[in-house]
Amino acid sequence: MSLPPRAHQLHVLACHACGMVLEDALDSTGHGRCPRCTAVLHRRRPNSIARAWALLIAGLLFYIPANVLPVMFTSRLGSGSDNTILQGVIEFWHGGSYGVALVIFIASVVVPCSKFVILGLLLITVQRRSAWARRERARLYRLVELVGYWSMLDVLVVAIVAALVKFQSLSDIEPRSGILFFGMVVILTMLSAMQFDPRLIWDSEDT
Amino acid sequence: MSEAPETPPQPGQPGVLERRRFPSLIWLVPLVAALIGISMLVHAWLAAGPEITIVFQAATGLEAGKTPVKYKDVTVGLVSGITLSDDGSHVVVAVSMDKSADHLVRADSRFWIVRPRIGLAGVSGIDTLFSGAYLGIDAGQSEASGRNFVGLETPPTIINGAPGKSFVLHAEDLGSLDIGSPIYYRRIQVGRLASYQLDQDGRGVSLQIFIDAPYDSFVTAQTRFWNASGVDVSLGANGLKLNTQSLSTLLAGGIAFATPALGAADKPNTTQTVYELAKDQQTAMAPPDGPSQYIELHFERSLPGLSIGAPVQFAGQELGRVVSINLDYDQIKQRFPSVVGIELYPQRLGRALDKLPKTKEGTDPALFMRRMVEHGLRAQARSANLLTGQLYISIDFVSKAPKVAFDITARPLILPTINGDFDQLQEQVANIVGKLDKIPLDSIGRHLDASLANLDRTLQQTNAQVLPEATRTLQQAQQTFGSAQGMLADDAPLQQNLNQSLQEVRRAAQSVRELTDLLGRHPESLLRGRPDDPKPTGAGTRAPANTQESAP
Repeated sequence: MSLPPRAHQLHVLACHACGMVLEDALDSTGHGRCPRCTAVLHRRRPNSIARAWALLIAGLLFYIPANVLPVMFTSRLGSGSDNTILQGVIEFWHGGSYGVALVIFIASVVVPCSKFVILGLLLITVQRRSAWARRERARLYRLVELVGYWSMLDVLVVAIVAALVKFQSLSDIEPRSGILFFGMVVILTMLSAMQFDPRLIWDSEDT
Repeated sequence: MSEAPETPPQPGQPGVLERRRFPSLIWLVPLVAALIGISMLVHAWLAAGPEITIVFQAATGLEAGKTPVKYKDVTVGLVSGITLSDDGSHVVVAVSMDKSADHLVRADSRFWIVRPRIGLAGVSGIDTLFSGAYLGIDAGQSEASGRNFVGLETPPTIINGAPGKSFVLHAEDLGSLDIGSPIYYRRIQVGRLASYQLDQDGRGVSLQIFIDAPYDSFVTAQTRFWNASGVDVSLGANGLKLNTQSLSTLLAGGIAFATPALGAADKPNTTQTVYELAKDQQTAMAPPDGPSQYIELHFERSLPGLSIGAPVQFAGQELGRVVSINLDYDQIKQRFPSVVGIELYPQRLGRALDKLPKTKEGTDPALFMRRMVEHGLRAQARSANLLTGQLYISIDFVSKAPKVAFDITARPLILPTINGDFDQLQEQVANIVGKLDKIPLDSIGRHLDASLANLDRTLQQTNAQVLPEATRTLQQAQQTFGSAQGMLADDAPLQQNLNQSLQEVRRAAQSVRELTDLLGRHPESLLRGRPDDPKPTGAGTRAPANTQESAP
């Protein structure tokens, strides 16, 4: 497989902010500033794997209370009940709203879980300098970044519904602490994906 | 940007930056997350109270994960699961209680399902119509905590710790009472019937009642309880009696209590908690009867109208009651006499009993009664109420009673009887009726009729003849009065004449006065005539005198 030369083979490096190509004169620590935009220069994102792991693990930890704790309190005619995410999904499913149940299930269960799996997979393979399916892995990474924008759907639904449904004793919906943790999960996984440097996928080529 | 195109092959020299060596700083994020998670776990573990199970007949209205457990309307737990028992005969409800409710879950705590109930005593649990049923809990008093409970099917009447006091009543039967039946004191509801159970020997019922504070202080050692259930209609020797406590009692039953005004020992009861429940107020308020004495009475005649329970009176006091009425067969007389068994309560004699001699004759009933019989003590059936024909037994001294031998060895004692006043009354009434029969009512009626016809005729005559005459007389009288009035009027000729006459008389009197003056001054003038006048005539002087006399 003949690939074009890598930047470090040409002893150049590009600024991430303005794209200026510079001579790779960084010392072993790999830190410097762009003379044009003064952005921090690095060959790869520094500490990328460790940061991605840390944020991913934090997100995973928060995902437990997000599912165990109730996310929403609904009261109708005085009979109130707390609902966790899965309870809500099951309730909608039994109520016949298969579409809504599916959307909530995908947004709050499938997406975060797949993000955990994909990011974990990427990080492990990168750490092992695996040469397996590089292009597919790169596509997975782009998918994770894309999906990340939509992960806040659940949080937004709860926020909007809680603001709209305020009919005193007739019907009332209040957010519960679970949704806070869910929001943290979304933010942390997004940050983790941002910290991950996809170029690392291709670094295994050299060996 | 200007330098870049000029030196395309020469990358610029980047400034070297001192690297900050904090590679592990980012690991604070998962650390914080883990800490939060652990703290929540610990918190949840600490807040978790006891897990208990409650057995119910049915789980109506209960929902796992939703139905709360409430104590004084504060949620202290949540139903976590509902399962059928192994044999399917009842429902096992698992409840996770809050940590704070730990002290509520005692071995004798009680649980029940609060749902809307509508009964005779009222409506309860309306709020659960919308909010759904919940579990009520009543904290127990026991020291030991429990984990497995049997739920009540109906809400308990008495909540533990409620101010008031419990008492136990013994009754012959439950009557129309039920759990929750009201208890009245002076017709104010002061408590409820908490529970009842059949006595071990099945001979009575024990009722547990609860009197709310501060009314429980009115229950003293002397207090009497009675069943105020429904309408008490009794037709006794005292006539028709209808008694009820309140409309609610009428429908749902109830108990009333009162303390007879004895005055002594009226302190609030602290020790005694067991009372008798009387059938009615009269029985309850009667003074204690003490031991009874059974006596038989043999009546020659049948006694229709005498019923079991009829009073036995002695000297106006109700001393006992009739307990049996039987027929006997007298072989000698070939008759069927009535044998009436009565029970006497000597205690009811009260003070008189204390004054009886304390000798053997005074204390032995047989000996004492023999003496009384010698003095004429007899029993008789008397009529208490002529309308209803009810009889009662009267024991009294009859002075003219024939001597009767009294058998002191007979058991039961037999008190001799005499025919009651009812028989005499019957005779008298028959007598009166016979006399009434003899009265010739027919002829009296005929005579009366004739007399009335006569009277009618007389009145007609009067109307036809006397009345017109009287009218005419009255008219004449009216005319007479009219003319009399005319004569007496101011301008009537009679008045005028009278006036003139009176004036004439005045003038005459004036003349006479002048004459007497003249005669006074000149008496001689009677003989000689007026001195300066030509000689008066005797007739001239006399003439006025004459007119004077004639004028009136």
